[in-house]
Amino acid sequence: MSETADLYQSIIMARIKNPSHAGKPETYDAEGEGDNPMCGDRVHVYLQRDGSRIFHESRGCAIMIASAELMADAVAGLNAAQIAQRRAAFEAVVNTGAKDPALGELNALAGVSEYRSRIRCATLPWSALALALEEDQKNG
Amino acid sequence: MSAVLKPDHFDLAAIRKDFPILSQQVHGKKLVFLDSAASAQKPRAVIDAMVHAMEKEYANVHRGLHWMSERTSDAYEAVRDKTAAFVNAAAREEIVFTRNATESINLVAHTFGRAALKPGDAIVISEMEHHANIVPWQMLRDAHGIELRIAKITDAGEVDFASLDQQFADGKVKLLAITHMSNVLGSYTPAERLAKFAHANGAKILLDGSQAIVHRQVDVQAIDADFYVFSGHKLYGPSGIGVLYAKLAILDAMPPFLGGGDMIASVSYEKSTWAKPPHRFEAGTPAILETIGLGAAIDYVQAIGFSAIAAHERALTDHALNILSPLVKILGSAQDRGGVISFTMAGAHAHDIATLLDRQGIAVRAGHHCAEPLMGRLGVTSTARASFALYTTMEEIDALAAGLIRVKQVFA
Repeated sequence: MSETADLYQSIIMARIKNPSHAGKPETYDAEGEGDNPMCGDRVHVYLQRDGSRIFHESRGCAIMIASAELMADAVAGLNAAQIAQRRAAFEAVVNTGAKDPALGELNALAGVSEYRSRIRCATLPWSALALALEEDQKNG
Repeated sequence: MSAVLKPDHFDLAAIRKDFPILSQQVHGKKLVFLDSAASAQKPRAVIDAMVHAMEKEYANVHRGLHWMSERTSDAYEAVRDKTAAFVNAAAREEIVFTRNATESINLVAHTFGRAALKPGDAIVISEMEHHANIVPWQMLRDAHGIELRIAKITDAGEVDFASLDQQFADGKVKLLAITHMSNVLGSYTPAERLAKFAHANGAKILLDGSQAIVHRQVDVQAIDADFYVFSGHKLYGPSGIGVLYAKLAILDAMPPFLGGGDMIASVSYEKSTWAKPPHRFEAGTPAILETIGLGAAIDYVQAIGFSAIAAHERALTDHALNILSPLVKILGSAQDRGGVISFTMAGAHAHDIATLLDRQGIAVRAGHHCAEPLMGRLGVTSTARASFALYTTMEEIDALAAGLIRVKQVFA
């Protein structure tokens, strides 16, 4: 089905079948949640400051889970300012469909720009991560 | 499609030509519209009636002494007669126009709920209600001190009368507010039996007919409904017009909902008095054009006839249940069910299913269908839902099945 291959490509499907950042870690420094009341999707993000490792507990669609996975890869080791920058760049990609060479595998979600109602699915983990970072900064 | 089940006078090809939107393409594919339970498409007759009013006969209603206002008032009030006949109300005054079924329920909660119910009284709803038949009662509970109780449904998705018995046992229940057809499970509820049950227990009954009225003939007197609500836009009419039917004696005792023009008998700074029903409940300029559109929609479905519509949709539903069962998990298995089928697919989220189908031109709904508590009862967070209308074809259901096979391939 070529008409959907752009979005549901193997990189996304592979990540939802074999997630490498799913589950609640034993220890973490901050957490944040993203909810989409329109569809009931929910993502909970856990942040370990040491190396900015991210874990997520996701209940939702393939786009959201794949986005959480790719996000965890993409922000590993970055500081809050760098993560914010990356989030802005990612949101530009999913809103415009124009890939950003600096974003690597995150570009797999560029196709979501064609499905307006699904953009929120891709950005929800990033919103949750932003909340976790806020909490982390408050905790100092 | 079985020829036996297809009434001779039900000309599906001609019916589809009546709905201009059905010939549209989506993503370069033929539109397969299976989301009519959310809102149905509009036949040419409805579109033309509204355009005609705007082009030829339009002014405000119940006010002007001029020709245009009189003609528009006549057209508007004629729809009240038509709607009364459509649901077999005993009197035209029993038909109140609202914006939609949601507003109708809010009207009842706000007026009947505060005037006729006392703190300590209870209202029973079922586990398969739309948010529209949950939240207004919660608001009444919190503002007015009534109790809100939930009657269980069976795993098949039918009313559990044993649970109803329990909820009514202490004699505090004064209103049973329940769907006539679930927007998720497609189950019909036994309206007449429920009304008899409520009345025998000293309670009134409100039926949410938003889904049911689209698919079968509703006779509020045969049901003995105290309140019956529905929306125009699911009945092939425009959005922005809904109906509240209530028995006249009940309406007569109800205080107004919104205040303003058209709902008064007299106004002074000291005191205003209220118009009689139905105008008491229609403050301000109503949805004139939408009401005229609703009238055209009622004419349209009645010209086809509910026996033909029901037979067609029965055949569609039977075919869909057969063809979809091996592909997906269908929720609910009520004996009496209509053309609303919710399903889940292992490993694939409802939104992914909907997006993948959309790319094939197939429109289904996905999510919690404004029925979050029911999702919890069914043990799911969301489902995909295909729903059928009088213009749905067997080929469209086959297209859905083919589409779902492709979804399965993506998620394999």
